[in-house]
Amino acid sequence: MALLDIKNLGISFGGLRAVDNFNLTIEKGELYGLIGPNGAGKTTVFNLMTGVYKPTDGIITLDGENITGKNTIEINKAGIARTFQNIRLFKELSVLDNVKTGLHNEITYSTATGIFRLPKYFKSEKLMDEKALRLLKVFGLEEEKDYLASNLPYGKQRKLEMARALATSPKLLLLDEPAAGMNPNETKELMDTIRFVRDEFDMTILLIEHDMKLVSGICERLTVLNFGQVLCQGGTNEVLNNPEVIKAYLGD
Amino acid sequence: MLKNMKKTTKSNIITYGMVIVAYVVMQALVNGGGISNLIQGLLVPLCAYSILAVSLNLTVGILGELSLGHAGFMCIGAFVSAAFSKMNATTIENDLLRFIIAIILAAICAGIMGILIGIPVLRLKGDYLAIVTLAFGEIIKNIMNVIYLGVDSKGLHFCMTKASDLNMEKDGKIIINGATGITGTPHSSNFTIGIILLIITLIVVLNLINSRSGRAIMAIRDNYIAAESIGIDITKYKMLAFSISAMLAGVAGALYSHNLSTLAATSKNFGYNMSIMILVFVVLGGIGNVRGSIIAAVILTLLPELLRALNDYRMLMYAILLIVLMLFNSSPAGIAFRERSRLKKILHKKKEEV
Repeated sequence: MALLDIKNLGISFGGLRAVDNFNLTIEKGELYGLIGPNGAGKTTVFNLMTGVYKPTDGIITLDGENITGKNTIEINKAGIARTFQNIRLFKELSVLDNVKTGLHNEITYSTATGIFRLPKYFKSEKLMDEKALRLLKVFGLEEEKDYLASNLPYGKQRKLEMARALATSPKLLLLDEPAAGMNPNETKELMDTIRFVRDEFDMTILLIEHDMKLVSGICERLTVLNFGQVLCQGGTNEVLNNPEVIKAYLGD
Repeated sequence: MLKNMKKTTKSNIITYGMVIVAYVVMQALVNGGGISNLIQGLLVPLCAYSILAVSLNLTVGILGELSLGHAGFMCIGAFVSAAFSKMNATTIENDLLRFIIAIILAAICAGIMGILIGIPVLRLKGDYLAIVTLAFGEIIKNIMNVIYLGVDSKGLHFCMTKASDLNMEKDGKIIINGATGITGTPHSSNFTIGIILLIITLIVVLNLINSRSGRAIMAIRDNYIAAESIGIDITKYKMLAFSISAMLAGVAGALYSHNLSTLAATSKNFGYNMSIMILVFVVLGGIGNVRGSIIAAVILTLLPELLRALNDYRMLMYAILLIVLMLFNSSPAGIAFRERSRLKKILHKKKEEV
C-alpha cells in the first residue's frame, strides 16, 4: 500500500479553482518531485496536505489513515512535517532549541514539572539534548548549536529547518523549494543532504522545486502541475521529455 | 565550575544573586537606621512593582503580545486578598497563615480572570490586542468601584448599587464599600515576604522559559505558522503564558494591598496609568530580559522620590531622564559603550596588563 494517497483533491477560493482533481500516490522511501510554473498551485497542495487549508473535495490518506480536513497539529502528529518556501525558523531561539521544539510532542512533561524542576524534567531534557544533538550532527550544525537561529548563514538555516521538521519523526517530509536562493555549490550540497536524509532516516520525501538540476538529479518520479491541474505524472526522464511539459513549463 | 555552566543557568544565578544581595543590603541599612522613612516605606511597593514587571515580561517579552491591562489583574488580586484578610481577621489568628492563604486566593482569582479575558483577547494580535486588554483593565477597575460586599450572621451580602442595599443585620460588617474600597486591611506585608514572593516569581518565570512549555511559547512568538507545523498547540500555550502572567500580577496585588490601610481602585493605582508604568519597566529593562525588568522597576520607582527636591520640575526631569535612559539602552552608541565597559572585559584587560 502506498504511504500517501491523494484522490480527487480540490479547493476553491470563491470562484477560483486553485487546485482541481489532483491525484497523487507516493510509495514509502520515494523521492518525489512536484513541479510547475509559478502560481500553478504547488504550495496550495502542500497547504492542503498539512491542514493549513481545508480541501473543498477529495480524500488524503497517509499510511492508511484518513487525514482529510484535520488541523495542522493533528496532521503533524499523524506524520507529515514540512519546511517553508520562505524560511520560518524560531529566530530568537538557539539552534539547539529550534530542534528541541521539534521534539515537543515526542518527549513530553507537564508545565508544572518544568517550573518545579522535578526529576522528570532533567531526564527528559537530557534525552531531548541527546536526540537534538544527533540530528544537528547529521546536518553538520553541532558547532553552531548555541547560535541564535537568525545568525546562521542562509544555507544552514535551510538545513536547520529540515532538522527541526525531522525532529517530529515524520513519515513524510515535505520540502517547499529547498534550493531557493542557493548558489550552484550550495544546491549540490543540498542534493547530497536530501539524499542522505532519505537513506539515513528511511524517509519519504515530496519536494517542490524550480531548480531543474536538483529535480532531475534526485527525484525518482514527478508530477507537473499547471493551472491547478495535473499536466503529467510519471518517471523523471519521461516527464521532463514530455512535449506538453516542455511547452508549458520548461520552454524549448 | 562557573565556566562549565550553561549561559542561561549562569544568567539566572546572577539574577537571583542580585535580588538576595539587594535584600541583605537593604535589611542591614534598615536595621542600622541609615535609611529614610520614605525609602523604607517604598520597599514593599518596590517588590510588588518588580513582580509586576517580571510577570508582564512573560506576556510582552516571552509570549510577544503587548498587554496594556496588567494593572487589572493586580487589582483583582489586591481586592480578593484584602477582602479575604479583612473577613478572616478574627477567625484566622496567625497573621502569616492568613496572608499566605490570601495570596494563593489572589493568584487563583487573577489566574481565572486571565483565562476568561484571554479567551477573547488572544484571538487578536498586535495593536488590536493591546487596545482590548487596555479596555478590560479599565473595566475591572471600574467594576471594583461599584462593588459592595458585607458580612453578617446570615452570611455574605453583595450588591452593586449602594451600601444600604446590602440589607444586613445589625451586627453586619461592610467589607468592600464601593468607591471607598476596603479599609482596615491587616498590615501583613513586609519586605522579607515581598522578596520571597519576588524570588518565587523569578523561579516560576525563569524555569518556565527554560522548559518545554517555555520553548513552545517562544516558538509561537517567533513564528506561529512554523510552531503549528511541528505540532505545538498555539491556543493552549498562549493561554498558559497569559494566565500565569495574570496569576503573578494577582500575587503582586495581594502584596500591594496588605501594605495599605485603605485600598480603593483609582486610576492612579489600578488604572491604565499603572499598566503603562509596568510596561515602561518592561520596555526600559529590555523586552524579554527578566533581570532588566527588576532593575528598571527599582530605578523608575525610586527616581521620582529622589527627584522630590525639584518640586514642580519633578515629573519633567523624570520624563527627560526616561528618554535619556531609553536612548542609552537601545542606541548603537549606548550598546557599544556598554560592550566596552563590561566588567568581564575590564577585569580581563587588567590581567593581561599584569
